[in-house]
Amino acid sequence: MYTQGLLHAKDDDRAAPEPADRLARFQARIDAEEKIEPNDWMPEAYRRTLVRMISQHAHSEIVGMLPEGNWLTRAPSLRRKAALLAKVQDEGGHGLYLYAAAETLGVSREELMEQLLLGKAKYSSIFNYPTLSWADIGAIGWLVDGAAIMNQIPLCRCSYGPYARAMIRICKEESFHQRQGFEIMLTLARGTSEQKAMAQDALDRWWWPSLMMFGPSDTQSQHSDASLRWKIKRFSNDELRQKFVDATVPQGRFLGLAFPDADLRYDEAAGHWRFGAIDWAEFRAVLAGNGPCNRQRLAQRSAADERGRWVRAAATAHAEKRRARAAE
Amino acid sequence: MALLFDYALRQADSALILGHRLSEWIGHAPLLEEELALGNIALDLIGEARALYAHAGTVEGKGRDEDALAYRRDAGAFRNLLLVEQPNGDFAVTIIRQLLYSAFAHPFWRALGQSRDATLAAIAAKAEKEAAYHLRHAGEWLIRLGDGTAESHRRAQAALDELWPYSGELFETDAVELALIAEGVAVDPATLRPEWERTVAAVLAEATLAAPAGEWMQSGGRSGRHSEHLGHLLATMQFLQRAYPGAVW
Repeated sequence: MYTQGLLHAKDDDRAAPEPADRLARFQARIDAEEKIEPNDWMPEAYRRTLVRMISQHAHSEIVGMLPEGNWLTRAPSLRRKAALLAKVQDEGGHGLYLYAAAETLGVSREELMEQLLLGKAKYSSIFNYPTLSWADIGAIGWLVDGAAIMNQIPLCRCSYGPYARAMIRICKEESFHQRQGFEIMLTLARGTSEQKAMAQDALDRWWWPSLMMFGPSDTQSQHSDASLRWKIKRFSNDELRQKFVDATVPQGRFLGLAFPDADLRYDEAAGHWRFGAIDWAEFRAVLAGNGPCNRQRLAQRSAADERGRWVRAAATAHAEKRRARAAE
Repeated sequence: MALLFDYALRQADSALILGHRLSEWIGHAPLLEEELALGNIALDLIGEARALYAHAGTVEGKGRDEDALAYRRDAGAFRNLLLVEQPNGDFAVTIIRQLLYSAFAHPFWRALGQSRDATLAAIAAKAEKEAAYHLRHAGEWLIRLGDGTAESHRRAQAALDELWPYSGELFETDAVELALIAEGVAVDPATLRPEWERTVAAVLAEATLAAPAGEWMQSGGRSGRHSEHLGHLLATMQFLQRAYPGAVW
């Protein structure tokens, strides 16, 4: 997940044309469902698209640790505290894993991290919303991880081998997180009236941003169909969004919570839940850096990076001393 | 049984408070690998605390579960070491705190593995393995910091000077412990001191750091006389349980 279909087609313009026969052989391998591996020839646009997608995903994992980290010290029971710690730790692990996958395409983690801290790299807009109550931890697991899974399961079949393999492991953990989040929501929904109100408020605030996670509508998306043709993606933004709504609405009804959408209704004939208009102006504003927490999130990552500089310098200096001593 | 309750609680409180402190690092760690490592250690410690609280609650027999013990006692009822409640400070402070504690915890759990209380012995057997890793992690980092750059050396020495006076409490015994030591349930911490000193001295030597000369040691955790820091930690940690009494989470 977390790439929001923002793979700008304009960047896919290649400077130098690539040989038609090579492109044809590449496409034939893709069509035959072969995996592309790091040392294989690949079109430059394929490489760039993947770097952007994998790094956005990695950044989202790392920034995504922050809104949940906000409740680590206030988790309401030891069981919840341990589970949340483990979840946030999984996200850090996904980040590491994905940076490593991006490195197979010739871009270093340091470069990618620098782009993030300079505000040049994108990460999922969802993490620019605040976690205001404990129920938000439930809502993030249920909705945000739920949306992520919807996007990531098809990525397990992504044509690029290292990304597809990373996704298999990540999906297993994400689906555990999603169940955990739903279980938090269920506990709150079956709890005191104050807890139920907390759960409802969380759904009210997280529902629409979760739908925005799938990126612009297919009619608006700048995304070229190249990534579908190359089997980087398997479904369009709107297809995935609809799958998510269809899967999630019954769960919300089971919780006894109301979705903040007066137009939400079941379309018997189509077998789909139809939902109201998404506020794309809000989506664009958050992407442009004006969400409630954009600045706060980047500032926290930058501050951690800045405060950790002397630690990293010490580790490097010590390693050099060791090497020098070993060489003596 | 009151003695055993108190003894289990002491270990549980130290593990929980240290685990909580480490969890405060998440999102702020100096590198991604450390976000994971500190989270891992925090998880181990909270896991130890949960097992110990459950045991304490059973021994006490008043129906208090792990959350009643962790979330519904005030600072004065906490029995953790003063060392573990000290704020994270910079990374050097966190690493020194972890080293001083883990260099004790590792032989402590090994010895407690022989306890005549079967539950304590089982918890200790698991915790010993965890503490071995925690000790290695802290030791390796302290060596990098002490023998790294001039700045990291200065910070590591300052952290050591700051936290050293909290190390004496590791080896204190009182009537509760003496009675349980006599029964073969508890470990006499004085017997662990030589190993702790050797471990710490070896790391400090490699880290080119000097143990402070001062002999004054702070004390009070075991009797509930804490530093000002614990109240703030608990205010954060216990907030939901306090704000919504009786709710199940």
